[in-house]
Amino acid sequence: MSALKPKHQRLVLVVVALVALIAAALLAAYALRNQASYFYVPTQMVAEPPTPSQAVRLGGMVQAGTLETMPDGVTVSFIVGDGEARVPVRFAGILPDLFVEGSGVVAEGKLGADGTFVADNLLAKHDENYVPRELEEMTAAQAEQTVSETVP
Amino acid sequence: MIAELGLAALWLAAALAGLQLIAGVMSVRQPDGPLASLARPAAVIQGVLAGFAFVMLLWLFAQTDLSVKLVAANSHSAKPMIFKLSGAWGNHEGSMLLWITVMALAGGMIGFLERRLPEVTMQATLATQAFVGLGFYAFLLLSSNPFERLPTPAAEGQGLNPLLQDIGLAFHPPTLYFGYVGLSVAFSFALGALLTRQVTPDFARAMRPWVLGAWIFLTLGITAGSYWAYYELGWGGWWFWDPVENASLMPWLAATALLHSVSVLAARDALRAWTIMLGVVAFSMSMMGTFLVRSGVLTSVHAFAIDPERGAFILVLLAIYIGGALTIFALRAGTVQEGERFTATSREGALVFNNVMLSAILAVVLVGTLYPLLTEAFGVQVSVGPPYFNPVGAIFTLPMLAVMAVGPLLRWRKDGAKRVSKPAVLLAIWVVTVGALVAFLSNANVLATLGLAFAAALAIGSLLPLRGRNLLRTPLATWGMVTAHFGIAVALFGMASESAFSVEKLVAARAGDVTEVGPWRITLDGVEPVAGPNWTALQADLQASYKGGAPIALQPQSRTFWSPERETAESALATRWNGQLYAVMGSGIEDGRRQLRLWWKPFVPMIWLGGILVALGGLLALIGRLAADLKRHYVRRRLAERREDSQT
Repeated sequence: MSALKPKHQRLVLVVVALVALIAAALLAAYALRNQASYFYVPTQMVAEPPTPSQAVRLGGMVQAGTLETMPDGVTVSFIVGDGEARVPVRFAGILPDLFVEGSGVVAEGKLGADGTFVADNLLAKHDENYVPRELEEMTAAQAEQTVSETVP
Repeated sequence: MIAELGLAALWLAAALAGLQLIAGVMSVRQPDGPLASLARPAAVIQGVLAGFAFVMLLWLFAQTDLSVKLVAANSHSAKPMIFKLSGAWGNHEGSMLLWITVMALAGGMIGFLERRLPEVTMQATLATQAFVGLGFYAFLLLSSNPFERLPTPAAEGQGLNPLLQDIGLAFHPPTLYFGYVGLSVAFSFALGALLTRQVTPDFARAMRPWVLGAWIFLTLGITAGSYWAYYELGWGGWWFWDPVENASLMPWLAATALLHSVSVLAARDALRAWTIMLGVVAFSMSMMGTFLVRSGVLTSVHAFAIDPERGAFILVLLAIYIGGALTIFALRAGTVQEGERFTATSREGALVFNNVMLSAILAVVLVGTLYPLLTEAFGVQVSVGPPYFNPVGAIFTLPMLAVMAVGPLLRWRKDGAKRVSKPAVLLAIWVVTVGALVAFLSNANVLATLGLAFAAALAIGSLLPLRGRNLLRTPLATWGMVTAHFGIAVALFGMASESAFSVEKLVAARAGDVTEVGPWRITLDGVEPVAGPNWTALQADLQASYKGGAPIALQPQSRTFWSPERETAESALATRWNGQLYAVMGSGIEDGRRQLRLWWKPFVPMIWLGGILVALGGLLALIGRLAADLKRHYVRRRLAERREDSQT
């Protein structure tokens, strides 16, 4: 590279930069295909369950009367539903501040072989202005049913 | 009255930006024209007016003037004063006003201070600054007026999101904005120089302090934001690859690359077109971050209002500015003369390599951040998190760190690999040794092991440029580089250590129960209610003792704010030189036990200490450069005076 003419040096630099950027983009695209975690509502999860090794998100409403604390005091189980299907969820950890029965939740984790969704992380409604984006997609009928199930 | 004054000042500032644009454009075409002396004063007065408008908003918040819509929606009379003031920028309209204020102040400062460049370049620069500013004034005044009155004053304000009622938030957004928007100066300089064909080392020397200044604020802002997320959100993590965090990281990556390429241009007159390109990209990333955060495309703590109209407005601005700048670049890059030559094994070669690596990391983060938006357009919802960002980012970060450790030892222009081969081989052996020890002695994952090994090598490599030098006579700029590079090593060590050695315990404890977490023994003394100015809380009294030492009191709380009504978990931290104990209290269980989540995170404070060191390095370099410029200026004047004396 030492004896290159100026014109060539600029060309080499442009090529190096382009190669690196294209490599980054290709690598990113490849990794995204494997690593992006997909969002499921209970109906989809029951119909087409993800493999146990696949990290996914499950979003829906915490069904009233299903929240239970295990004897160890730190593991909770509850059922997430979207009005049509229900998926049992297990989570060890401190519940988010606004996590209550009947509220929306997005659980991150994996679906176990026994059909229980083991969550590593729960994203609850942050405040009155923040609904997890995925829950905005729920149809009016589903939301209505969830509310009528929740109200005693 | 105050609100009307603020609004009037804002309109006047916008009008002056228009004047500045016209005056600038006219005098680029006609350097001796009648408007040539107008752009600079217009920039200064615009800065003063925008600053005045922002002070008026602060005043309204300090007084809790509930006839103003923004105050009523985001403040509360019972809030402590500091949070009343920080509430001014803890919302969409106020933060956009802060944005435009910083932009106008930066423009005013270059108009007032910067006299080293040809006047025609300065006119083009000020015109660009005004052109970008006008778009944001339009956005603020037409769709997000912060001074809007309510038809009837509210009885009481709705309060501020409690998560934002924190001292970290009082300083994090302004710091970040100084960095974000300070990069607009680099953008304007780059376009000004490109349009007037003045891409020279002088231009680089003039631009460098502004880039450095913005970069220092950006570094501090990101560091503060990360610490805030760490202790306030109570999840024990310090970086979530949240799109909003990425929005601040991307301009930082571009600005870091720009900082280094502008130094090459100043010292060696090489990388001309590349520096211009980075100047455009850096501020484009700032604007894109603003779009992502403020448009409602994303939902997070940072997205205050979801209003599609605003999103469309910012998107149009974005298209005009980024598209326009890139078009000008494409049309004009050919006119930029080829710079000086250099070989691959030279200081420039190493800097180019790392510039390319930084750009690649930027591309990886950008793709990962935008990908979910893209797939959503096709009806597929995905989320992209650490499993993507960490390994893919590392592929480009590790080579960059390796070059960073030895690059500063190379000479400018032309150097042989021979001169650095000895330290390079020794550092490589050191990397392998540390890596092997960590892998053998702990069960750290691959990335954490590599992180520890490279941090160890970089810590030593970053200090090597000082070897054999008289430390007292080493220029401040060199000290700055060494400090900043060492800071990266310190931060990397903290990150890898946190990932490799953290111990977590989740328990349900009764009063008197003892929990062991790593070297700590933690006793729960009891849980009691406490009250604050606008909240009540349950507080756990913990006694934590490190390896049997004297107990330290920790009091994590579960707080309930009453306006707006919501609960937050307040973490409690015990900091030692070698790490932090982090405690969060969860909900109570029917049988009287309390959930406690405890982490022992060895060396985690190093992450933020490293960030501060990096910013400090920037500050040292900035002071060094400015002092050298002043000295040069003084010597030149003395020479001129002496020449005059000898002539008379």
